[in-house]
Parts: sequence; structure tokens; C-alpha cells
Amino acid sequence: MEINVTIIGQIITFVILVLFTMKFVWPPLNKMLEERAKKIADGLAAAEKGKQELLNAESKVAEELKHVQLRATEIMSNAEKRANQIVTEAKDNATKEGNKILEDAKLQIEQEFMRAKEELRLKVATLVISGAEQILKAEINKERHELILANLKAEL
Amino acid sequence: MTHNNVSLENGTEKFWSLHLDTFSMSLFLGFIFLFIFIRVAKKAKIENPGKFQLFIELIIDMVDSHVKDIYHYNKKSRLIVPLALTIFCWIFLMNLMDLLPVDLINFVNHRVGIPEAKWRIVASADVNATFAMSISVLFLIIFYSIKAKGFGGWIKELFSAPFGIAFAPINFIFQILELVAKPISLALRLFGNMYAGELIFILIALLPWSVQWLLGVPWAIFHILIITLQAYVFMVLTIVYLSLATESH
Repeated sequence: MEINVTIIGQIITFVILVLFTMKFVWPPLNKMLEERAKKIADGLAAAEKGKQELLNAESKVAEELKHVQLRATEIMSNAEKRANQIVTEAKDNATKEGNKILEDAKLQIEQEFMRAKEELRLKVATLVISGAEQILKAEINKERHELILANLKAEL
Repeated sequence: MTHNNVSLENGTEKFWSLHLDTFSMSLFLGFIFLFIFIRVAKKAKIENPGKFQLFIELIIDMVDSHVKDIYHYNKKSRLIVPLALTIFCWIFLMNLMDLLPVDLINFVNHRVGIPEAKWRIVASADVNATFAMSISVLFLIIFYSIKAKGFGGWIKELFSAPFGIAFAPINFIFQILELVAKPISLALRLFGNMYAGELIFILIALLPWSVQWLLGVPWAIFHILIITLQAYVFMVLTIVYLSLATESH
């Protein structure tokens, strides 16, 4: 155990080692570690933000979905209403058309009936005349009877 | 257990002889420390660090967290962490040489052809190496005291704490004792542990070869703990002393 000049050499060595560590070892490693810590913190923050955004998007989607459902119901009810309206309209139209056709048919039938009646009347008149002619041919003067018959015909 | 002495001056003055073994071993190990750490620091990657980088980061982180826990004066100090890191790694490497077989160096000396060379491989078992560090720490303690309190404040505290200015002489004696005791305890603790450890290895080496392992193996395993612990204690006490230096009593 003797103190000698070695101690001065050791102090110089020690100081040089500390200076080198201060300049070349600690700053880059410290900087790197701090950058890594920052990077990790940033990553975690970004993840948190992403999570929050996902939540927001989800709630927005749910809201939108609700909105869409509401709209769909509305559209459906509208469509139903419209369909009912169309059906009612069609029914009305059909009834109207049917009535008209019926009316026409009735009219036509009546006309036909009238014509047939007229025709029949003429025919009956002719027939009666010819019958009466044949009956009366022999006995009474033709002109007189014809007058009577004409009167009859007019009465028919 | 004598040193390899080189006289720097003519004459026989004891002070001017240099322990070449201590000096060159510590210098060599210091450069190994710097080489490894600078290489890692230059190649350090933020992402996908290699295993070796992670190991170095582990040491750095250990030192850094201790400094953060203990030293509160100046959080952005650019000296404290590098100082503590250098102390820890350098002392650890010097202590580590204790685990090399004690006869290896003599064997090499004989082979090289200088059997008279006395080469002590454990630099921290030399008081010059341990006191060099602890006296540097003492200077830093004084420097940080003055930096934190101002020169007047430091001088005033030397005389007024802990008993008040009325007991100035007693206070001064206490303070000087406290100041001097710090580097002495730091240096002698490390020196004593390493010197004793080396001595026991030498004693074990004197035993017959067939029973050497019986004591050598447990002592070597125990010594792995001792060398790390001593490096750690020196580092932590340095941080504590520098932290105390900046706090007023």
C-alpha cells in the first residue's frame, strides 16, 4: 500500500474516460432511448386515438342505420298508401266503366227492342191486313175496309 | 504481491515510481469499455435493437434510473450519468480481472522470458487506482457544493452546520472529517475487498492442486457477486455524495 505517481496517471485516465463517455457514449444512447420512448408514446397515443375514432364511427354508423330504417319505414308506408290509392282508383274506374258498359248495353237492348217491336208491329199489321184482306176479300168493298184498317194500323 | 515499478526520475524517491501494471491494465480496460460502448452508441437502433445493444441499454438504464432516483439537483446534468456509468463499468472490468487464474500471469512471464517481472493484474487492488477515482469524486463534491451554494455559501456551511455558527470550530472539524472520510471510505472499501479477494485466491493457489477446486470454486462464484457489488456500491455512493453536496444542511 503505497501512494505514488501512479495515482496521478490514474486520475488522468479516469478524467479522459469520463470525458469520452460524456461526449461519445451517453448523448447518442440517451437520445436514442428518448426517441424510442417518444415513439412508443406516440404509438400508444395513436392507438388510443384510433380506438376513439372507431367508437365515433360506430356510433355514427348506428345513428345512420337508425335514420335509414326510419326512412325505409316511411317509404314503405308511403308505398302502401299509394298502392291502396291506386287500387281504390282502379276499382272506382272499373265500377264506372262497368256501369257505363251496362248503360250502353241497356240502351242498345232498348233500341233493339224498339226496332224489333216496330218491325213486329209492321209485320203484324201486314199479317192482320193480309188476314183481314183474305177474310174480307169476298164480302166488303175493298176501299172502305182499307180505310178502317188504316185507322186500326194507326191505333196499334 | 509487489508491483512492477518503473521509476520516472533518477534517484530513489518513492513517489516518482509508477506502477506500470496498474496503470496499463486500467488504461487497457478503460479503452475496452470505451470501445464497446462507443461502438454500440454509434450503431444503436431505435427499432429492433440487437441482443448486445439491449444488454448495454440495460446497464445504461440501471445507471440512469439510479441517478434519477438519487440525484435531484440538476435533472439535465450532462456529467452525472456518464460519470456513474464510467465508474461502474471501469471498476467492474478491473475487478473482473480478479477471476483470471493468479498463476496465469506468472506463467506468461516465464514463457516470455521475464520471470522476475511482478505483474499484478487486478488494478483495483492497488490503492492508487481506487484513490484516483475517489479523489476525483472529492473534487467533484467540492465543485458541486460551490456550484449549488456559491463559494460563500459553501464556506459558511463549513462553519455553521450542523450545530450553528456559535460552534464554528467544532462544525469545521466535523465538516472536514466528513468531507475527507468520503473518498477514504470509497477507496479503501474497494481496495480492501479486491486486495483481500486476490490474497485469498493466492492462498488457495498454495494448496495442493487436488483440493484447490474445493475452496477455489466457491470463492470464485462468491467473487462474481463481490466484484459486481463493489462496482455498484462505488457508483451509488458517488451519486449519493454528489447529491448530498448540492443539498444544504
